[in-house]
Amino acid sequence: MSDATLYGLCGAVLVGLGLFGLIVHPQPLRKILAFNLIGGGVFLLFGVVAQRGAAAGLGGDPVPQALIITGLVVAFAATALAVALLLRLFQETGRTTLRLDG
Amino acid sequence: MAFDIGLVTLVLGVAAWTIGARETFAAVVGFVAHGLLLALVWVRLAAPDVAMTEAALGSGLTGGLLLGASTRLARTDGPAAIEKPSAIMRLAAAVLCTLVSAGLAALVLLMPEPAPTLAPQVAANMAATGLGNPVTAVLMAYRAIDTLLEVVVLLLALAGVWSLAPDRLWGGFPGPRHQDDPDSVLSFIGQLLMPVGILVGIHIFWVGSVAPGGEFQGATILAAMGILAMMAGLVGAPAVSGRWLRLVLVVGPAVFFTIGLAGFAMAGGFLAYPEAHAKMLILMIEIPVTLSIAATLALLVAGPPERTTQR
Repeated sequence: MSDATLYGLCGAVLVGLGLFGLIVHPQPLRKILAFNLIGGGVFLLFGVVAQRGAAAGLGGDPVPQALIITGLVVAFAATALAVALLLRLFQETGRTTLRLDG
Repeated sequence: MAFDIGLVTLVLGVAAWTIGARETFAAVVGFVAHGLLLALVWVRLAAPDVAMTEAALGSGLTGGLLLGASTRLARTDGPAAIEKPSAIMRLAAAVLCTLVSAGLAALVLLMPEPAPTLAPQVAANMAATGLGNPVTAVLMAYRAIDTLLEVVVLLLALAGVWSLAPDRLWGGFPGPRHQDDPDSVLSFIGQLLMPVGILVGIHIFWVGSVAPGGEFQGATILAAMGILAMMAGLVGAPAVSGRWLRLVLVVGPAVFFTIGLAGFAMAGGFLAYPEAHAKMLILMIEIPVTLSIAATLALLVAGPPERTTQR
């Protein structure tokens, strides 16, 4: 098994772990954390695609690598917006529950 | 190979901790460590540019943002625990997630040979951009439109965060005012680290044209220095209605868009650069864009306005 495959499998497990956290955690901040873990796993899978594309003296295909950088920045922006929404919910209601009946 | 197996074990172990930890604060600390380990993974995958972004943005800035939120929400951990789904639900979720992971793992094992790649095309056209770092060439030349839209997305996210402020606080100052205590350790570290950090940020931005680095990595470090200055109370957060602040936020995307439009006249297409001036034009875009990204990132961490006076 090559190193790239190993890291690809690691990415696959990360997506599963993050998805599990997203489903079972009732606390929205934990869901945001879990969602970032899923994102990390997806980026890692894409990074493996980049590394496998090493050619022409480059260590990896720079096109997916650049897209991953773009993805990381957008993921941060989305996280910041999600956290701001959550803090506002807490400010308004004093709770962070997502349940409609609660 | 042994190193890689150890690294993967650590990455997965820390990720499991992030999901399983009882307290949110502990989970966030796990997430920061996870991000730093991922940065090492990126180095192993021959992607140093991604590694720097992951360490600075994915781990550092995101970690800071989430740590701040977790302290504010600390007392909601208890009530939230009551809503925990039943054991059957959790088991069903575990089965579903295992299936998802297994499906992705199968795809990893069945990847096509030889792997598709655009690396030869990037390498063949590098000379036309005048750049020495292929990732920067993709970000600023071949796929410059992605980067332009990304800068706009950052700005939209900030508009979204700001618009969450209650009406009476609109135009005010984000976050609590941190008092400047000249004798405190934070103030000392702030004063010691800031000049060095700003230099490192500018350096990483500047070498990005020929070596790993670039505007996003440099801007993140500059943003971190801004946040440090605000937290140490060395400077107050700027009012979100400030004219200068707004100018700094939009100058990057505006210059980027203008040079993109000028591409129609100069080289026959949106964001096309004439070959002789490609590097100069890219630098003309990158400098204001770095400034705008740094300001936007710092303000995204600072959050919506929370007070109407500086004190």
